[in-house]
Amino acid sequence: MSDALNIIQDPTLTYHQELLALARLGESTDDSLRYSDAYYEAKKKGALCDLNEGVMPYRPRYICPDYSLLFEKGCKFLALEPPKDLLEAVNALEIFYCHVPSITSFPVYLGDLDKLLEPFVVKEDRAFAKKVLGLFLRNIDRVQTDSFVHADIGPEDSVTGRLLLELTEEMQLAIPNLTLRYDPERTSDDFALACVKCMLKTAKPSFANHRLFVSEWGEDYAIASCYNGLSIGGGGFTLPRLRLYECALDAKSPEDFLARELPRHIDLQLEYMDKRVKFIVEQSSFFKTNFLVTEGFVKQENFTGMFGVVGLAECCNYLLGITDKKKGFGMNDEATALGLKIMDAIDARVKAHEAPYCDAYGHRYRLHAQVGIDSDGMDDSPGTRIPIGVEPPMLDQLEVNEKFHPYFPTGTGDIFKFEETWLKTPEAILPIIKASLSRGLRYFSGYLENNDVVRVTGYLVKKSEIEKLRAKKQSLNNVTVFGMGAQDGGHALDRRIQEHDESAG
Amino acid sequence: MRAPVNRIIPFSNVDGPGNRTAVFFQGCPFNCLFCHNPETIHLCRGCGVCVETCPAGALGFDGDGKVVWDREKCVGCDTCIKVCPHDASPKVRWMTVEELMQELRRCIPYIDGITTSGGECTLRNEFLIELFTEVRKLGKTCLIDSNGSFNFEADPRVLAVSEGVMLDVKAVEQEWSDTLISHPRELVLKNLDYLLGVGKLQEVRTVIFPGRDRENAETVRYVAGHIGPTCPYKIIRYRPFGVREKYQKLLGEFETDKEYAERFAALARELGASKAFVV
Ligand code: SF4
Ligand code: SF4
Repeated sequence: MSDALNIIQDPTLTYHQELLALARLGESTDDSLRYSDAYYEAKKKGALCDLNEGVMPYRPRYICPDYSLLFEKGCKFLALEPPKDLLEAVNALEIFYCHVPSITSFPVYLGDLDKLLEPFVVKEDRAFAKKVLGLFLRNIDRVQTDSFVHADIGPEDSVTGRLLLELTEEMQLAIPNLTLRYDPERTSDDFALACVKCMLKTAKPSFANHRLFVSEWGEDYAIASCYNGLSIGGGGFTLPRLRLYECALDAKSPEDFLARELPRHIDLQLEYMDKRVKFIVEQSSFFKTNFLVTEGFVKQENFTGMFGVVGLAECCNYLLGITDKKKGFGMNDEATALGLKIMDAIDARVKAHEAPYCDAYGHRYRLHAQVGIDSDGMDDSPGTRIPIGVEPPMLDQLEVNEKFHPYFPTGTGDIFKFEETWLKTPEAILPIIKASLSRGLRYFSGYLENNDVVRVTGYLVKKSEIEKLRAKKQSLNNVTVFGMGAQDGGHALDRRIQEHDESAG
Repeated sequence: MRAPVNRIIPFSNVDGPGNRTAVFFQGCPFNCLFCHNPETIHLCRGCGVCVETCPAGALGFDGDGKVVWDREKCVGCDTCIKVCPHDASPKVRWMTVEELMQELRRCIPYIDGITTSGGECTLRNEFLIELFTEVRKLGKTCLIDSNGSFNFEADPRVLAVSEGVMLDVKAVEQEWSDTLISHPRELVLKNLDYLLGVGKLQEVRTVIFPGRDRENAETVRYVAGHIGPTCPYKIIRYRPFGVREKYQKLLGEFETDKEYAERFAALARELGASKAFVV
């Protein structure tokens, strides 16, 4: 049977999912974008991974349009005037979203929804505004059917922010992903507590360290896709990843790894990124003709390449000969110290590399702790996370995270699963989040153990939708299938539960 | 000065408002039948029964014949606690205030304050005074979880360095009190009034037992009649989990029904304790 026939006959794929799979297959028929032999060898070994980005990129991986421009000037290509009221604003966004490409073909960034919509919302009666926003969220969930679709709110409290939280709780949808940009001076405790409650019940919003992101990107940054920091009016060209465990397999010692194998693999990944970025900018039509570019919704100089890593924990454990991961990275000072050394080395080498384009960032790529894909299984934990199932008590886990999160301007995060009593005491969670953010944590996600909507590694899925796929039925959400894979291969839903009195044990 | 610390819980959402570090001290003057952590009641007598049974070789004797516990080797199986004939635990660390502070400092940024509990922490009054003084220097609050066996009026120094007391009022009726807590109840009830009077009563807790209509009502009536509308009153359902088997037979092998407990919370509210609720 041909690959195309396989896709066409797969009973679990919706029409749209078939179309995307066929497009990917079509793209793979051209191999004119070539890399060095050493690159292919490392890829074959599993040390490098291109996240199935496709061999012929016809758009940047992540695009974060400046939606405020749409509201100021409208959009000629889509024949949209600047909206005059809430209905027009929501309608303009819904239309616009359908024309924002990405690696998934869905918009990975929906905008700072509270800021965009607040001027319109406050002119309406609250109940009417809520009705409109509810329909807006429903439209997103059913039309942008992919959990990597992401919206941001905060740092300030707003009527729109509150309505979005209320609706998120009431509607229990996996899409869109949601982030609160948290700033201790601009986000009130009251609003933050409302976000904690909503997060426990719906696995969103997550808390982003606003100050840290602003220090790296300026005020106009987006949190897109899983937890990816990028510029508004820009985005990410490409995101390949070093699978650090596999990178380490040929090293004779930690020193040998740092001196030889690590730099070698870093350079191969940089080669891949350079070629790809050039191709996207110079060969594909996106930056020449797409309306997002020609009308100024994104600018090429605001894009950067995202240098991804996964499996730091397994890499350190392997290099130190640690076989019991309960005593390894995250729980073991030597392994954690080695992890920091490795990250310092990656950071320095990537920063020393002169990248093509990426003008807004001094021609530099930025690091990303990639969240893992279903096929990683248990070999490579997401980014720099402690392997699932052996997480230490929350305090220890946070302390480790605080050390590693600063390395990753284009995103990293960790997830905490709480048992039911925490729902009654959101005020006990907020000080933990606040303290950890102030100590270097970049991104905090949480959810209650019994939710239907759960956070897998960075994205949200409904457990009930995974069950549909298992029963060989279709799931509208393109990402449900990854959730199933991560649950089966990576035990991604079995993370440690924070008990009501988390013991030092 | 050292005190026997049974456990430190870095993040707790059930030991007072917000996120708190809970420090459990070993030893309690009461012997409540429904105690969920009976291994915290007595100090180790050094009988050695547990030493042999430890599967991890974490227990042994020191030069003076005292039982010592190796934290690193311990796998947390709790076999030692199950076999101890004296309601004690070998897993106790005799810590100085400074040693304890060293562990607390890690938690400090993430918490609203600490809560000392037990066992009965007020047995370590002098230790608490020093500990609280140090914790307060770091801008955090200190709460005392107590069974009311300490005479706060006679020695109020610890109250001066703490936000107050979360007080258990377990039994009011004489006979029930004698059965349940094996300790005179007069001081507990005196503390209730005293702490309320000096503004140091943070909350009161009463456990409701299945089928004990009269005993439950009497305790709830008494407390509600005294505390009024400002102090939170937690009505806790009896749960057999962790309770010594022989006492489970007496008190009940099932937990108190939620609705049954709600009746007593309603009664308390009727009598003026408007902040009474079931947890
Ligand atoms: S809990 Fe007790 S018996 Fe079990 S390993 Fe630790 S010391 Fe030994
Ligand atoms: S803990 Fe109990 S069993 Fe072990 S030595 Fe002490 S009194 Fe004996």
